[in-house]
Amino acid sequence: MKHPNKRVDATTSALAPQGKLSRNVYVVLAVVSFAAVFAVWALITNLGLVNADFMPTPQATVQSAIELFTEQHFLEDIRVSTYRVLMGFLISAVIAVPVGLLVGAYAPVNALIEPLMSFIRYLPATAFIPLFILWIGIDESEKIAVIIMGSLPQLLLMVAVDTQKVPHDLVEVSYTLGTKRSLVLWKVILPASLPYILDSLRMILGWAWTYVVVAEMVGASSGIGYMMIQSERMMVVGNIFVGLLAIGLLGLVFDCLFKLLDKLLFRWK
Amino acid sequence: MAASVHYQIENVTKQFPMRKGTLQALDPVSLEIYQNEFVAILGTSGCGKSTLLRMLAGFTAPTTGQILSHGVPITGPGKDRGMVFQSYTLFPWMTVQKNVEYGLKQQKMEKSARAETARKYLNVVGLDGFADAYPKELSGGMKQRVAIARALAANPESLLLDEPFGALDTQTRSHMQELTLDVWRQYPKTIVMVTHDIEEAIFMADRIVVMRARPGSIKEIIDVDLPRDRDFYIKSDPAFLDYKRHINELIYEESLKLEQEALGA
Repeated sequence: MKHPNKRVDATTSALAPQGKLSRNVYVVLAVVSFAAVFAVWALITNLGLVNADFMPTPQATVQSAIELFTEQHFLEDIRVSTYRVLMGFLISAVIAVPVGLLVGAYAPVNALIEPLMSFIRYLPATAFIPLFILWIGIDESEKIAVIIMGSLPQLLLMVAVDTQKVPHDLVEVSYTLGTKRSLVLWKVILPASLPYILDSLRMILGWAWTYVVVAEMVGASSGIGYMMIQSERMMVVGNIFVGLLAIGLLGLVFDCLFKLLDKLLFRWK
Repeated sequence: MAASVHYQIENVTKQFPMRKGTLQALDPVSLEIYQNEFVAILGTSGCGKSTLLRMLAGFTAPTTGQILSHGVPITGPGKDRGMVFQSYTLFPWMTVQKNVEYGLKQQKMEKSARAETARKYLNVVGLDGFADAYPKELSGGMKQRVAIARALAANPESLLLDEPFGALDTQTRSHMQELTLDVWRQYPKTIVMVTHDIEEAIFMADRIVVMRARPGSIKEIIDVDLPRDRDFYIKSDPAFLDYKRHINELIYEESLKLEQEALGA
């Protein structure tokens, strides 16, 4: 042991509220929880405790995955879904970030847009699918529209709140250093709120994945959601499991990318 | 030394709108502050001292009366009045060097001149080795030093200090007081400092404006007739202690008044 005299503080011991855990123990526990879920799954399916038509064994799921990738161009489904998510997400971001900044920084813009967006936010994006199909049809734009509908209002409001987190003192001090009023948003409020905005983007991208799957279950002919709803109709439960796992993994990958970006961009935090 | 007037505060009052009626933060205040003078505004919390400073800074306008700088009414914040806040207001995404350069960049100073000026003022506040550090890596006292360097680098005519050492521990606070006086001797400017620390006011200021509380107004103005090359030891000088006793009494009267009002209401 490196610390011959290693003692545990009573108030921050691992089992106390707000206590601390070493990095290694943390990783071990996290892996254990994944392994436990997997073990229960493997056990109840292999022991025949559940009907294999409704829950596949891990081996059968791997088999389904292999078939999906090799015979049913699942990679193409993933590509299509990812494309839709990223398009919907990017269009939302390009509009919501600048407008959200203005809403957060300028009271009149806030009055014009914030209450309206707060209302729209409560309209479930999925409820727009029938309307969007009528208006736009069932091509790519409709799927992307559903994602935008679900992401943009939320993101806009989150960016506005992020902007308002910037301390007013910071703005005032910038005035005493000669910053023009028209440039304060650009020179102070934007850089100060950028880490919060990046975090909001990360969360919204997660939501976009939810919307794409729902959009692909109605009036679609490709995508992970389409594959899953087709598999449901044909009772291929293994494929549904592969779809779920694929979405979970893709979400995890994008989440990690955002966290990496945060580390690279905001060393000052 | 025939001192010319820098700021004229003329019958300035301030009311804040409340849910019911208004809050009279400041009763009429008139005060002249001279060029390169160090004035401390001293009072209990709620005496309107920060409000007065914020009006000098141009962040908020007087309800009645006016404040003139060199005879011209103050209508908003400007780079002629640098400010240091009690809260840490360094730009966290910029290095120490970039923070100090910020004001110069707004003035469109050329890059190499900017860097050189910043280095000079970092040297003045004793932070040569920290140019490339980010604010989060600095202690509270170091952050306030950078804030002073940043304000000075923009070359303002005056500095407005809003309890700048209020968040620091006693030892750091003493060092910062001496450092600030030292800097002020090297680069004379009109300094208006708000504080509730009596010793700090006597140690640093030429004149102390003691405020009455709720609504705020001037209770007494005290000329601090101590040698200007003050250092730490003067804090135990009999003359210093006389000022301290007198101002203590003034402040005590005000807090007593507040307490009785609170009990009576």
